[in-house]
This record gives sequence, structure tokens and C-alpha cells, in this order.
Amino acid sequence: MDLIKSIESSFLKKDIPRFIVGDTVRVDVRIVEDDSERIQAFEGVVIARKGTGARETITVRKVSYGTGIERTFFLHSPMIGKLTVVKQGKVRRAKLYYLRDRFGKSARIEERKPKVVQQTAK
Amino acid sequence: MKTLGLLGRKLGMTTIFDAAGNSIPVTVLALGPCFVVQKKTVATDGYNAIQIGFEKAKARFERRRVNGKVVKKMVFPNKPLAGHFKKANLDAMQNLIEFRVEDIDKYQVGQELKVDQIFGENVRVDVMGVSKGRGFAGGVKRWHWRGGPETHGSMFHRAVGSIGASSAPSRVYKNQSMPGRMGGKKITVQNIKVVKVDAEKNMLLVNGAVPGAKGGLIVCKQAVLAQ
Repeated sequence: MDLIKSIESSFLKKDIPRFIVGDTVRVDVRIVEDDSERIQAFEGVVIARKGTGARETITVRKVSYGTGIERTFFLHSPMIGKLTVVKQGKVRRAKLYYLRDRFGKSARIEERKPKVVQQTAK
Repeated sequence: MKTLGLLGRKLGMTTIFDAAGNSIPVTVLALGPCFVVQKKTVATDGYNAIQIGFEKAKARFERRRVNGKVVKKMVFPNKPLAGHFKKANLDAMQNLIEFRVEDIDKYQVGQELKVDQIFGENVRVDVMGVSKGRGFAGGVKRWHWRGGPETHGSMFHRAVGSIGASSAPSRVYKNQSMPGRMGGKKITVQNIKVVKVDAEKNMLLVNGAVPGAKGGLIVCKQAVLAQ
């Protein structure tokens, strides 16, 4: 088991900001096309955070032109550049799959108090 | 087709990322170090092979009653096996396996075989292990039968249905899928790719899954199909 952890530790990123499910994040995704590379941002609500170590994934949901889009990222993947927390949400679930059935007003997430923001900013 | 391999244990699975950023599911295998215990040659045994051992033996004792006295007797390694290792001037080992080799002169009794001597990166390997035992399993789980409807008054759910026609052939064909013991069998996965070799940690990373539970004994050998 320790051997597995030591394998994973070489892939772990240290600069991942603290965020929880319900937060709105902007993920910079590296897109490689032939020999050129560009960065595309994907901004949305984190509806799930799964796994541990190098296998940890986040599912980010956004609504684009009326269509819900979800993308799952390996948090420690080199394909992901910067991850920034845009907004902190106040939710009472670990998985926000109920957002899939909702749209508009009922799909909103209440924002967390700024006091908490200061704490996590450290 | 002579393939050399090593004994080891399956440690578990994880995900690693390659230089291009792709995620690769890998199984971590702790392979070796193994030691050559015996050399078999054409002259003595009719074929060329090396017998290799893995893991120091855990002595097992049993209390036995001999002439009314209780005697503690070593059941593993027993005397013949202990003598076999003594001949090779090695500590007794838990597991032994034999591999046919052509160039027998390359190996000496007592020689250590490490993971990087046999495997390299991007090489294909076959991995054998004992699959997880499922006990007495029904046909739906064991043979992927579809089963019957759960509702609408159906009284046929997961049971065995017809197992063949009536007067002709008047018997059940061989290999008819039926409930029974599932798993706990030796399974080989062929031609899986080695992702990484680490000689220092006696570790091998292979792409994808490998039969058996974590901590299970496995045999990893050069792929037959790759030759």
C-alpha cells in the first residue's frame, strides 16, 4: 500500500487551492492540437469530488446555452493547468447530482460567508 | 516457446499520467527478488529449466501425538523441501516455480533474479493469478444469464430455466451452464503492457487489471504472443 502511495506522490500537485463541493471553479484545460497547444477555461459548479491521491477527480457542471454540460477531470492530471475558485457555495450535500434535474432559480447555490473565504484563502 | 518470468504479489491499482498527460490505469506488482533454486538440464532431466523461489518461508508447525507424547513438528518446510533448499545453499522459500530456458549456462544455482533483468518498459507480459473466489454462485452471476422479470406477476426471477430438450437428446449436454463454484481459478491475462520497471523497489507497473485480490500471488512472465 505504501508503495502505491509513493507512486502517486510523484504525480500529486501541491498548488491546488482548497475548495469543496458547491464551489464555482475555473479549470484551465490544456488542449493539444497536433503541435500547437492552447488553454481553454471551463467554469462551473463542482458537483462531485471523488477518490483520493492521484486518482482524485472532480465533476464540474455548467449550463451552456440551456444545455447542461458536465466534465470530469483528474485533479492531478497534467492536462489541467490552473484551477481557481471563483465563488464559494453553501451546500448541504457531498454530491450535487440534484442540480441535473433543476434549472434556473432552483439550481442556484447560496454563497458562503466571506469570513470563511478569509480562512480558506490562507 | 520459452518464456521466463518471476513470482510476485499484486499490490493494487492506481492511476498514473504519462508525458502527454494521458491517465493510465496501472496495477502495481511487487515482483521478486527470486532466486534460482535448481537447474534442470537435458542430461539429468531431459529438458532445460530453472526452478526459482520467491519469499522467505514462513515456518509452520503442528502438534502431533507420537507414542502418546505431543511433539511439535515442522510441517513447512518439511524435511525433503528443507533439504532441497539446503542443497542450493539458500534459505527455504515459500513459493517455487519452474521455467523452461534454452541458455541454461547463463544461470547459476543461488543466483538472484530481479525485475529489471527480465522485463523492460513497453515490453508485453502475461500475468497469471488466482481469481477472487465467489463461492457457490447462481447462473445469472456466473454465466450472465438474463434472468426473468422482477415484477408483473412473474414467478421466474433468477432461477435455472430449461437445461435442454426432452426426448431428444434425453440427456443434458456437457458444459451446460449451471450454478456452481465461481472464481478461485487460475486466470491468465495475456499481452499486457509494462508501463514502468523499478528495480530498486522490485516493482513493476502494468497497464490495466490483473486477476486476483490485493496481496495475491501472481506469476508475471514474458508474453507468449510477443514471441
